[in-house]
Amino acid sequence: MIPEIGQLALVLALVIALVQTVLPIAGAQFHIHNWMLLARPTARLQLFFMLIAFFSLVWSFIDHDFSVAYVANNSNSLLPIHYRISAVWGAHEGSLLLWALILSLWTVAVSIFSQRLPLAFIARVIGVMGSVSIGFLLFMLLTSNPFDRLVPMPVDGGDLNPLLQDPGLIIHPPMLYMGYVGFSVAFGFAIAALLGGNLDTSWARWSRPWTIMAWVFLTIGIALGSWWAYYELGWGGWWFWDPVENASFMPWLIGTALIHSLAATEKRDVFKNWTVLLAISAFALSLLGTFLVRSGVLTSVHAFASDPTRGVFILVLLGIYIGGSLSLYAWRAPGTLTSGKFSLFSRETFLLFNSVFLVVAMLTVLLGTLYPLVTEALNMGKLSVGAPYFNAVFIPLMLPIVFLIGIGSIVRWRNDKLDRVIKPLIWLLLVSIIAAVIIGLIFVDSALLKTITGIAAASWIILTSLSAVRARLKNRKNKLVALANLPRGFYGMTIAHIGFAVCIIGITITSNHSVDIHERMAAGDSIEFAGYRFTLDSIREVNGPNYKATEASVSVTKDNVPVTVLNTQKRIYAVRNMPMTEAGIDSGLTRDLYASLGEPLDAQAWSIRLYHKPFVNWIWLGAVLMALGGLFAASDRRYRLSVKKPQTITASDNSVIVK
Amino acid sequence: MTPRKKRIVTALSIVMGMAVSAGLILTAFEKNLLYFYSPSQIVAGEAPAARAFRVGGLVQEGSVERDPQSLKVSFVLSDTLQNVTVNYEGILPDLFREGQGIVANGKLDQNGIFQASEVLAKHDENYMPPEVMDALAKAGADIPHEYKAVE
Repeated sequence: MIPEIGQLALVLALVIALVQTVLPIAGAQFHIHNWMLLARPTARLQLFFMLIAFFSLVWSFIDHDFSVAYVANNSNSLLPIHYRISAVWGAHEGSLLLWALILSLWTVAVSIFSQRLPLAFIARVIGVMGSVSIGFLLFMLLTSNPFDRLVPMPVDGGDLNPLLQDPGLIIHPPMLYMGYVGFSVAFGFAIAALLGGNLDTSWARWSRPWTIMAWVFLTIGIALGSWWAYYELGWGGWWFWDPVENASFMPWLIGTALIHSLAATEKRDVFKNWTVLLAISAFALSLLGTFLVRSGVLTSVHAFASDPTRGVFILVLLGIYIGGSLSLYAWRAPGTLTSGKFSLFSRETFLLFNSVFLVVAMLTVLLGTLYPLVTEALNMGKLSVGAPYFNAVFIPLMLPIVFLIGIGSIVRWRNDKLDRVIKPLIWLLLVSIIAAVIIGLIFVDSALLKTITGIAAASWIILTSLSAVRARLKNRKNKLVALANLPRGFYGMTIAHIGFAVCIIGITITSNHSVDIHERMAAGDSIEFAGYRFTLDSIREVNGPNYKATEASVSVTKDNVPVTVLNTQKRIYAVRNMPMTEAGIDSGLTRDLYASLGEPLDAQAWSIRLYHKPFVNWIWLGAVLMALGGLFAASDRRYRLSVKKPQTITASDNSVIVK
Repeated sequence: MTPRKKRIVTALSIVMGMAVSAGLILTAFEKNLLYFYSPSQIVAGEAPAARAFRVGGLVQEGSVERDPQSLKVSFVLSDTLQNVTVNYEGILPDLFREGQGIVANGKLDQNGIFQASEVLAKHDENYMPPEVMDALAKAGADIPHEYKAVE
């Protein structure tokens, strides 16, 4: 009964989405007030039905209703309750349901927090978001219904993929989807502005906090995915340039370009067409990401769902949304007037260059991700693009971006003089390089050039950011009060940029100075490695709720002082008869010690991998800082006040810029 | 310089910068493409000698030999028509076992032995890498029914 309610709720949500799309947009075009008024209630009604559908599926999982095919394929009577709930989005159909639910949540959030926006504009935004809903609900109902029944009903379920039975995977997909789908808000705002012909600075100001929030979620989602891969896959790696990782990384790169371009559009009334194009691209890449992951066209550990008809359906959807919005863009964009003027040496120029570099970086990732698909489709042979390509191309592209971040933080809007900034910039650059060389010479004995470059890049960002803070406090009597009164947007930018620098430090040191050994060990064996002594104390059998495991305890000492005990398991999940490695990790600010059990070699000995990974946590710490910076920026008071008193805000805003 | 000349210089430098970076990107791209060859293609001499590539097939039953002192291992990959011997040193993935379809990255040495730098097996025992499936189909092999190319 419950699954049928869920099914019915999906159909009703689709009907509501149709109304939510057609009437408000038509109402806005033909100035029919009552039709526009329908936007908000229909968005809420759609969310109501989506929630019913979603919780029907959750209940089917909790209740072990194996007559539902999706539940039977992804759950088991032995599966613990928290994994039964996260199994809702453990595979294709349920993740689509989550996707559509989150879209509905974002739409209602827009309808609540945009009370003072012009009705025609908000009607268009909600309508456009409704049209995305239509596509995904149709896709679900026609090709991937999570409520399909299975006849005859199996006695027990096929269990959730053991890879996904992990706390990190409970929250990783929802975060990632909040990010992906969040770009539909930026998309909705951009399309609404194109439709209404009001592509102006207030559009950019309305759109900014939403775009930043989507970016924050995507940042957290990607970081969680990377962290999960690190501790769950047992290889000690944290980024593989796997197509599915790339699929989430591409919208992030464009999203990063978008939030910066939006800043310029809002403050200086420039790059409007470029910003709109970025907003459309960010959402298009989110859709492409869904397509890449869900159509099974990729050879990837993530592509657990595969069905060509689904692929074709998503491709058609992609064609309609991207083709439609680009046509609208081509039709409307040439008429956009840009009033902001700026000279070559200004913050606008550096922001523009940086967003171009980000787009190029995205394109190199896109090339490496899609090329194998293209050659295969054209029968030109099967091939894959290795991680060395991405590293060889992506890392050099980051250098100019880092350089421009530093200059852009210091140079003023509109027009600045090279004479004013050249001296401090050269000083900061010299200090960064000298500091990096000193650090490199003291601590590092290999990969010196790479390490120095990375650390210099990070110090450059940190020093220029701090120097920008100092410049803001100059001529203020009470520095502390002035510091506390800096706008949150500025705080956000500074924190996020420093987060990026922290991330660079983590990546540089981990990539160049991690060491690992693969050893054959029996109980009692010990080995000196990376300045520590690792002793395999015991190997024993342990049992979990739905798996059997062999657990090895490796005790670690340094100069005979105990440091930690690493417990690593090799689990065999009963239902799928699938082995999984659980790594034993001792985390720290400056290093991780990491042990993972390989395979049994004979009655006593196992192969064991040991890793010493310096500064690896800085990668995720950096991501957390970036997300925190985003939260600060999104909560800047000007987004809240602007709706009430647009006049005063524009004025005070300018004073900030000119200063 | 006149503003017009300035603009031309700027435009030219942008175009040249783009061309150079595009060239660098494509060179790196070409260098790092990993082509896939089946054991039959390798035996027929189609695989390159100096360049890294991928090979895939079924791990032949009874062919896995481990060195008792180290983590060296050798096994035979088969597409049911032809076999290739693979050497590897390191820990094999969780799902590596005899009869399983796997993919290896590496180079062919002078003796026709594939020196693998990486061995990949998918995280699902009923999963067969699409390349392996394709190679088996081309070799005319009966694909064991429990394998599905897709979930």
